[in-house]
Amino acid sequence: MTQGFRTQTGGRIDRSQTLAFRFDGRSYAGHPGDTLASALLANGVRLVGRSFKLHRPRGIFSAGAEEPNALAELRGGARREPNTRMTTAELYDGLEAASQNRWPSLRWDLLSLNGLIAPLLSAGFYYKTFMWPAAFWEKVYEPLIRRSAGLGRAAREPDPDRYDAVQAHCDVLVVGSGAAGLAAARVAGAAGARVTLCEQDFALGGGLLSAPAHGAWREATLAALAAMPDVTILPRTTVFGYYDHNVVGAVERVADHLAQPPPHTPRQRYWTIRARSIVLATGAHERLIAFPDNDRPGIMLAGAAETYASRFGVRAGSRALLFANNDAAYASLFALQDAGIAVAGVVDPRTESAGAEAARARGITVWADSQVTGASGGTALVGARVARRGAGGGDTLVVADLLCVSGGHSPAVQLASQGRTPLEWSEALAAHVPGPATLDQHSAGAANGVLGFAEAAADGARAGAAAARAAAADIPLPGAGDAAYGLLPFWEADVPGKAFVDLQDDVTANDIRLAHREGYKHIEHAKRYTTHTMGTDQGKSGGLVGAAVLAAARGERVQDVGLPTFRPFTSPVTWGAIAGPHIGQQFAPTRLTALYDWHVRRGAEFMDAGQWLRPAFYPIPADADAWASVLREARAVRKTVGICDVSTLGKIDVQGADSAAFLDRLYTNTFSTLPVGRARYGLMLREDGIVFDDGTTSRLATDHFFVTTTTANAGPVMAHMEFHLQTCWPELDVQLASVSDQWAGMSIAGPKARATIGKIVQDLDLSDAAFPFMAVGDGSVRGCPVRVLRISFSGEQAYEIMTPAGYAETVWTAVLEAGEEYAITPYGLEALGLLRIEKGHVAGSELNGQTTAADLGLGRMVKKRGDFVGRALSQRPGLTDPDRPVLVGIRPATRHDRLRAGAHLVTPGSTESLGWITSVTRAVELEGWIGLAMLRGGAARQGSRMQAAFPMLDETVEVEITSPHFVDAENLRVRG
Amino acid sequence: MIRIACPFCGLRDETEFAYRGDATVSRPPADAPIEDFHDYVYRRANPRGWHVEWWHHAGGCRQFLKVVRHTMTHAVHSVGLASSTQVVPPE
Ligand SMILES: [Zn+2]
Repeated sequence: MTQGFRTQTGGRIDRSQTLAFRFDGRSYAGHPGDTLASALLANGVRLVGRSFKLHRPRGIFSAGAEEPNALAELRGGARREPNTRMTTAELYDGLEAASQNRWPSLRWDLLSLNGLIAPLLSAGFYYKTFMWPAAFWEKVYEPLIRRSAGLGRAAREPDPDRYDAVQAHCDVLVVGSGAAGLAAARVAGAAGARVTLCEQDFALGGGLLSAPAHGAWREATLAALAAMPDVTILPRTTVFGYYDHNVVGAVERVADHLAQPPPHTPRQRYWTIRARSIVLATGAHERLIAFPDNDRPGIMLAGAAETYASRFGVRAGSRALLFANNDAAYASLFALQDAGIAVAGVVDPRTESAGAEAARARGITVWADSQVTGASGGTALVGARVARRGAGGGDTLVVADLLCVSGGHSPAVQLASQGRTPLEWSEALAAHVPGPATLDQHSAGAANGVLGFAEAAADGARAGAAAARAAAADIPLPGAGDAAYGLLPFWEADVPGKAFVDLQDDVTANDIRLAHREGYKHIEHAKRYTTHTMGTDQGKSGGLVGAAVLAAARGERVQDVGLPTFRPFTSPVTWGAIAGPHIGQQFAPTRLTALYDWHVRRGAEFMDAGQWLRPAFYPIPADADAWASVLREARAVRKTVGICDVSTLGKIDVQGADSAAFLDRLYTNTFSTLPVGRARYGLMLREDGIVFDDGTTSRLATDHFFVTTTTANAGPVMAHMEFHLQTCWPELDVQLASVSDQWAGMSIAGPKARATIGKIVQDLDLSDAAFPFMAVGDGSVRGCPVRVLRISFSGEQAYEIMTPAGYAETVWTAVLEAGEEYAITPYGLEALGLLRIEKGHVAGSELNGQTTAADLGLGRMVKKRGDFVGRALSQRPGLTDPDRPVLVGIRPATRHDRLRAGAHLVTPGSTESLGWITSVTRAVELEGWIGLAMLRGGAARQGSRMQAAFPMLDETVEVEITSPHFVDAENLRVRG
Repeated sequence: MIRIACPFCGLRDETEFAYRGDATVSRPPADAPIEDFHDYVYRRANPRGWHVEWWHHAGGCRQFLKVVRHTMTHAVHSVGLASSTQVVPPE
């Protein structure tokens, strides 16, 4: 493969090694040090993509992160990555890339006919063209838009790579390694600061990489930094967001420059960096100029063409024309000339300039006071039309395959602006520069509006010293160059045509004016109406140009129109990096009880309960299906005895002289009257009067309580207690400790519960007289300390045994052995739920943040005397309205009908929902399905029939309204 | 991400804390009229500027801290114990 546009010498590529790569199936060659873009240009490839909306042919426009056009799908299969900027993708041997947004091929794109229907795709086209009829959206418009206007395709397989997250701290963070950044890092490092330097490029140096004259200074500075142990340099690391309190987010592309990551290496690292001070040396972005067909392949930012020539040894064309309004761009052109590119001339809207003088001295034709009025060529530029500004006369066609454009340079203030620094207008640059920072933040170099290597380095040294809170260190600076800039603000050629201000989103100057005419005059509105600056490049090269067009339409100055708010991300970040290691099983912590291993050995089917993994049921071969297991387990509890792991319950140890008074203030119940050695079911309200949680509280000593909460509210109840103790009643002598993980718990329930545990519990009299319902006491099982609570969730005779988590399996096994003669059956969460619904106990579906104690039939638990959280507001008329939905039981009138949670309860012929079913189950105590529901006028409706409507399945079932207590309403069994 | 200097634990990330709202309201006495409880639960000044608020160091010392935070800039002026009196600076 030839690289016909590669120079013989020069640049920072290694010509001794050749890297093979493929683009759209064709093989090419490049060198280490290339980007995909520079290698394609070296091979003479000019057409690299089609535009988003209009499918216009596009070439490489920039040499960096601001690239709007040259987006590729990189790699294949599970590693296929869409919308990769060819200008930042580092070339490696075997790289595979494909152009995007073309069908069937890049050169012959049928959808470029979009260009012919372009009037339909003007500003706000989504809102106008596709508005009516609504049904067309789903069936016609959206598929059409998706097929024709999508960007690249994401991989469909799971990402095979790993992404790491790094938490970092430093004294001084320097963003950017150009002259300013290097100088800042060196000064801060010399002052003893802990410095982190982030550079998005794979090579350090920024603009210095294209300036051979300053190579020695760059080398010397990097060597000095390498010798400083507290300076960390992170190449391939893009700082994409500046957040509050000097926290920034950055992505390090650890292995993107390789076909796949080496073993034990992540593809990328997501850095969260907390910096005491931040130096923003992010450089500047060259601006485009709007003129007709300014998007043709072969039209490129002047600085980019210089970078390709000076850094990569690539001629981006054979014959170059420059269209520029500033002197810095002339230096770029001269670099092209020095690299062997023929120069067609310079078009300059200024009448006279230092740049024009220098060009003429080099024998270059300069059309002063002129503008480019159009570009010729389809998939490759063949020439540009040039005319005098304002003159009515004809234009000249200048033959060129490379048109370098420079409308000036906008400091890259995105991060500074995200970091709360106000922007100010620089007349000299016709651009925004950072104003005084409010955070400990220092912009430097081109990002601060200071152009020129020597000036930028000096500014960086100043910023580095300020950031390190040190006196400016005396470091060597690069030699001064030609400081002439002489910019004349010039945004748009004043001729009709399709002049783009946003290449990626296909937004033209006319689109901006149309938005203005249609009332979208604010910059934020015009942005959203036209999609200007909303692409992956975030309008880095055309954002201000669009604002200038809007300003002209409004008859105002550019600086008075402002810019849309800069937000993260300044550059695209892959989802993999954001998710990091928190995927799949690692998305959230998994909590396991102390009995988890036993459940696994027993073959339990597990289910998620918040972060907990709990046994749903324990299937045995005889079970036909899951329901068979659940019903078998529940029947065992009703008939003999079952055992269930309830370790997930929240447990809070409350101690101190004022413990009883404290609990009295938090619960609707009174705990100060609870005798030692007894437990009480407690109900807790939120301050707004709604039920918060329920659980059992035991009194272990006068000044010592043991509180249990629901599994889901273990954390919130603890925080609720701490809040009230610390902020409302700090005078109370109370200490709280969460002991949820310290105690394992098991519920032994069924008519044979006492017979079972009576065999093994020592040092505690379990006889009915000594240990009645709601008794609590300490004992031991096989030498393990246990706390036994005689409480029941199932409605059967039941005990909870708590034991320090390390003893859990010993105690559990002892119970199983003791219960062997009664065929003791372990039961899971499903059977637990079945049993509690039969008993009419409320749980999460009923404690849903909308229900009061009275709604749940628990009004008797609310004390009449004394204050407690939620007392006052529970008495609001809205919460005491007798017409509120209350808890009832539900059975299908036809016993084999199925009930569904979420079904609405209506009277026949009506569509007014009077309530809804909260929980359902198949029952064991009675036949068929049962459920709990919240129903208006529920008490009066008991015994009547209603319809349970489930419109999602188009299902209606006739139901009987019953008491919510299907089992032992008199509560005799628990005492038996 | 804001960072809060816990008097017990030092400078810590926002992710260790749980926001618990306005610290300028306090629970009315037991015999207060229901309107006072309504205001305590629901009425908030929602200022643009400095605000005294509760931040629970849930991932740390479990203390409710009084934090003076600027609602627009997220700047933190001071952090104190629940029992402290926090002075709101001029805008
Ligand atoms: Zn703390």
